[in-house]
Amino acid sequence: MLTMLFLSSGLFLGWSLGANDASNIFGTAVGTRMVKFYTAAIVASIFVVLGAVVSGAGTTHTLGKLGAVDMIAGAFMVALAAAVTVFWMTKLSLPVSTSQAIVGAIVGWNMFAGKTTDIGALTKIASTWVMSPILAAAFSFVFFLLFKKILEVWKIHIFRLDAYTRIGLIVIGAFGAYSLGANNIGNVMGVFVSVAPFESLNLWGLDITGVSQLFLLGGLAIAVGIFTYSKRVMLTVGEGVVKLTPQSALIVVLSQSIVLFLFASKGLEGWLLAHNLPTIPLVPVSSSQVVIGSVLGIGIAHGGRGIRFRVLGKIASGWVTTPIIAAIISFISLFFLQNVFDQQVVKPTELLGIHQTVNIESETNG
Amino acid sequence: MIFKKTKGLELQMDTFLDKISEAGIVFRRGVKNYLNKDEEDFERHLEHIRRLEHEADELRKNIETQLYTQTLVPESRGDILALMETTDDVIDRATDTLSEMSIERPMIPEAFRPGYIELAKAVVKAMEEMVKALRAFMRDPLNVRNYLHKVYHFEKESDRLAEDLKRSIFASTDLELSEKIHLRYFALHIDTIADRAEDVADRLAIYTIKRSI
Repeated sequence: MLTMLFLSSGLFLGWSLGANDASNIFGTAVGTRMVKFYTAAIVASIFVVLGAVVSGAGTTHTLGKLGAVDMIAGAFMVALAAAVTVFWMTKLSLPVSTSQAIVGAIVGWNMFAGKTTDIGALTKIASTWVMSPILAAAFSFVFFLLFKKILEVWKIHIFRLDAYTRIGLIVIGAFGAYSLGANNIGNVMGVFVSVAPFESLNLWGLDITGVSQLFLLGGLAIAVGIFTYSKRVMLTVGEGVVKLTPQSALIVVLSQSIVLFLFASKGLEGWLLAHNLPTIPLVPVSSSQVVIGSVLGIGIAHGGRGIRFRVLGKIASGWVTTPIIAAIISFISLFFLQNVFDQQVVKPTELLGIHQTVNIESETNG
Repeated sequence: MIFKKTKGLELQMDTFLDKISEAGIVFRRGVKNYLNKDEEDFERHLEHIRRLEHEADELRKNIETQLYTQTLVPESRGDILALMETTDDVIDRATDTLSEMSIERPMIPEAFRPGYIELAKAVVKAMEEMVKALRAFMRDPLNVRNYLHKVYHFEKESDRLAEDLKRSIFASTDLELSEKIHLRYFALHIDTIADRAEDVADRLAIYTIKRSI
């Protein structure tokens, strides 16, 4: 029961991810009525959970390298600090991403625990935030020109193109949901991996590790977010902010899914390593910013008309402000949780050190 | 399942456009029959164009219902519907013109007959290019422009021929004013068919831009 209470902040992050980020994948499809909301919600939920459970380990490992939160109360507060940052910045209409908030919150924990933050890991993570939208723009630019050429050569009837696009939006949407689950489950459950007390389960001869159970739980929280709150967001995305044709939407979702997948796939990393190629860091990236990158790629392919550079500037400023705000909130709230609510948020390694010293001393004396 | 529906709709749309194209040919022949006083063939063609108009109407309603009840092509269905309705106006105008000829029996002097035939030919050419543009819109939007400029060309040609015809009618000293007005009325009505085709072309020009990804 207490475990569930401590996990609640992560589950809340998961819910908020489902409510907001599923719309990056199915928003245009649902908003333009190409795909029914329930079809989108079911497909997204199934594949988000699959992605989280099957491929979620890669990005989680990277977050673990940044800072290994070692007490469940600490993990609770780190996730809560990220959630509060996301909620607060969203309220203030500032661009925010869960990935950036959780990284800031982990750094806040490191500072509180007096541990040094691995600058190498931090630089690797921050560089992917810049790289991911640029990569998405490059993909959608290329796909746009490719699709245009295909349509010119194949001369597909408008009704048939509609049918192909519908199927494409669902199939690629499923891939997108899988990649989202794989890439972003680290944000939701990553900090709990080393502290959640789940035992391995054996169900019908199938071994389910504690981490898989944690990811399954996080995936289900995302699914609940999709079903309970994402419809409104999807309709806003589809009808409001950017007007995309269903074919452009398909390109945006495809580029986004590939980018999320690239930054999450251990299989691909293994393949690149085996072929002596440079690997892509497995880091949770912001799906919203990847989508903006994809839309930008189409804008550039159209000749660069209507690109709002102020929006891009705002996003870039979020790369800096979000982690700093999250780190500050995390640091302060950890202080309160430890000193006001009397919860251990950091494993007392120093105490262990003293104890060991005493033992060594007593052994020496004896 | 989804492809079966799509194939059915494609077929209906092609058939709809075939009817419009055929109606153009029937109209031209009907006008020729009337001018050549070939009563029997004229009435046969009038009957034929009425049938085509009715069939095109049914197909249009069918396609419209399917597009809306099955939420197909949600982005462009409004445009497709508007195009089909405007195209329907073209065939309606052609049918009404032949029908009015049958009812009012205008007395067309020999001297003006070539003018009416030329006008009907230009109008039907505008119709045919409009149908080609519509087919291109469905499959090959990049080619729509190639047909649109031909629609505009034949529409202008029809305007010029209609004006020449009306000028020569009113310049004639052998006719009463009432006869002149009656003849002008038919020149005007035939010319209006090309104007309706131009309306379709105007819509197509915009919808084609919207259709590009």
